[in-house]
Amino acid sequence: MAGNSMLYSKRRIKNIIALSLSVVATLIGLVFLAWILWETLQQGIAALKPQLFIKITAYGEDGGLANAMVGSFIINLIGILIATPIGVLAGTWLAEYANGTKLGESIRFLNDILLSAPSIVLGLFVYTIIVLPSTSLTNGSTTFSGWAGGVALALIALPVIVRTSDEMLRLVPSTLREASLSLGIPQWKLTTQILIRAARSGIITGVLLALARISGETAPLLFTAFGNNYMTFNPSDKMSSLPQMIYQYANDPGEGLHAIAWAGAFVLTMFVLLLSLASRLVLSRSKVSHD
Amino acid sequence: MQANVGAVDATVPQQEARARRDARHDRLFSWLLKGCALLVLACLLGAAGATLWGGRHAFGTFGWHFLVSDAWDPGSDTYGALVPVYGTLMTSFIALVIAVPISFGIALYLSEVAPPWLRTPVASAIELLAGIPSIIYGMWGLFIFAPFFADHIKPWLTNYLGNKPDDGKLSWVAQHTFLGKLFGSDYPFGASILTAGIVLAVMIIPFISSVMREVFQTVPSRLKESAYALGSSTWEVSWDIVLPYTRSAVIGGIFLGLGRALGETMAVTFVLGNAMQLSASILDPGASIASTIANQFSEAAGLQKSSLMALAFLLFVVTFIVLLIARWMLRQLAHKEGR
Repeated sequence: MAGNSMLYSKRRIKNIIALSLSVVATLIGLVFLAWILWETLQQGIAALKPQLFIKITAYGEDGGLANAMVGSFIINLIGILIATPIGVLAGTWLAEYANGTKLGESIRFLNDILLSAPSIVLGLFVYTIIVLPSTSLTNGSTTFSGWAGGVALALIALPVIVRTSDEMLRLVPSTLREASLSLGIPQWKLTTQILIRAARSGIITGVLLALARISGETAPLLFTAFGNNYMTFNPSDKMSSLPQMIYQYANDPGEGLHAIAWAGAFVLTMFVLLLSLASRLVLSRSKVSHD
Repeated sequence: MQANVGAVDATVPQQEARARRDARHDRLFSWLLKGCALLVLACLLGAAGATLWGGRHAFGTFGWHFLVSDAWDPGSDTYGALVPVYGTLMTSFIALVIAVPISFGIALYLSEVAPPWLRTPVASAIELLAGIPSIIYGMWGLFIFAPFFADHIKPWLTNYLGNKPDDGKLSWVAQHTFLGKLFGSDYPFGASILTAGIVLAVMIIPFISSVMREVFQTVPSRLKESAYALGSSTWEVSWDIVLPYTRSAVIGGIFLGLGRALGETMAVTFVLGNAMQLSASILDPGASIASTIANQFSEAAGLQKSSLMALAFLLFVVTFIVLLIARWMLRQLAHKEGR
């Protein structure tokens, strides 16, 4: 009897310790989140000035990040415009045409791998297929460009969009397909006019998530868009981007540049977090409307 | 009535033409879709091929020696991958050692311990960590965490565990265990392999914990309820029922986190110190594959550029294998569920 109660209290204590440790682990995670967000907010807001959005980086400490923001906007736009059609069509193929086939399964599998492939290697890939060939076309002056940056970001956005389109299309009830096919509608019309429309909000969510993902990417832009201290709207030029400018300024010894980098980090974080919030809202609203 | 039937008869050739047209469009459309899907394949093959092609000079010049040499000297144009490979593996390993228990704790808390109303907000908060861009982790690491680490954590580690304490008096641990070498450092700044490992751990915690939480929820409740009915405590149910049931997917989630950690560039570049040296101590600065490429590629030429490409190829292959294992392990549980 005494042994029993000792065993019982031992198990009880073990349970309490383990569960308390799980609370501690959660607190550790939350503390780091709060710490990172707090520093970004505090340092970023302190350095926020109107000239940030007006002046270009060529002025250094007296300048702003206007050209980097414009560059980020253009490069991200190129990336999303390339990745969205290809990604949605590829996702459609996986969900509607190749579900259960061997090739379909392997591509779905490899897409998941591409999803977490190192972005810097994808940057080097785009460097090899776009920057190097165009360099040899222009007599050896290295031709980094906004286009190359956009393609690199498209490669990162692609698997995100493929995966969400695939998943969202598979959620569309098959009665919808059967009803349409029994009316004699060809499959391409069924896919483009009914299924993609039914899964629209899910696909938009995927595109927003992909945008959130690529707008914070730095590594693949270093050897593709490279950076530019002057304002340019032409993607054939070198282009700077917000993350790349933050990287450059944070590594600089100048204190004034650090402040600008923090302000840029604040703008970037807010943008990314708002995007992921927006994508959640799109998805939850669509859920309500289905009910 | 009669006229109506006649009208239908008259349109039969038209209908056939239309059916043929539809079939043709269907075929074209499915080719288009398939082409887009094959692009995913092309991306992976292209990335591997391009880096291998770019690294051919380095592989050709140094052969297998490239993998085991710790020389990285642009002056004499000799390059070896050992320092960055070691840095990549070591930082990722440290990140896993820290992140796995914490992620397990978070998943346990969210699936068994927390009151239901608290679960969704806490889970969203942890997932928010995954949404923060890596450049922000880098800045926070460089300006906030590395100085904090140098002021508050590193002195403690070097003095009580390391073999190079400030006052010269070796602790028992430093004299008798391998920890002495691991924590011995006279480098005064916060940037180090351990710092990078910690920052990486924070980055991969949301990935691992969300996979764990998801798969913990797939455990059939009758299994858990039976164990509770037999008198098990919450911890015993988690450790002896939930974890064995979800083992393969949990390992998959860990490998997923490892894959992320291996390829992470920005956060690591900021806090690793970027020193091309091999040191036994994890409190000394080092270099990782991704940070070396990010730092040197724009100014590199010739053999150095080729060596960096070769490094990228190594990174890609290693990450690919790790992620392959991760996805395969995760799939095991999905199969079990489907049975």
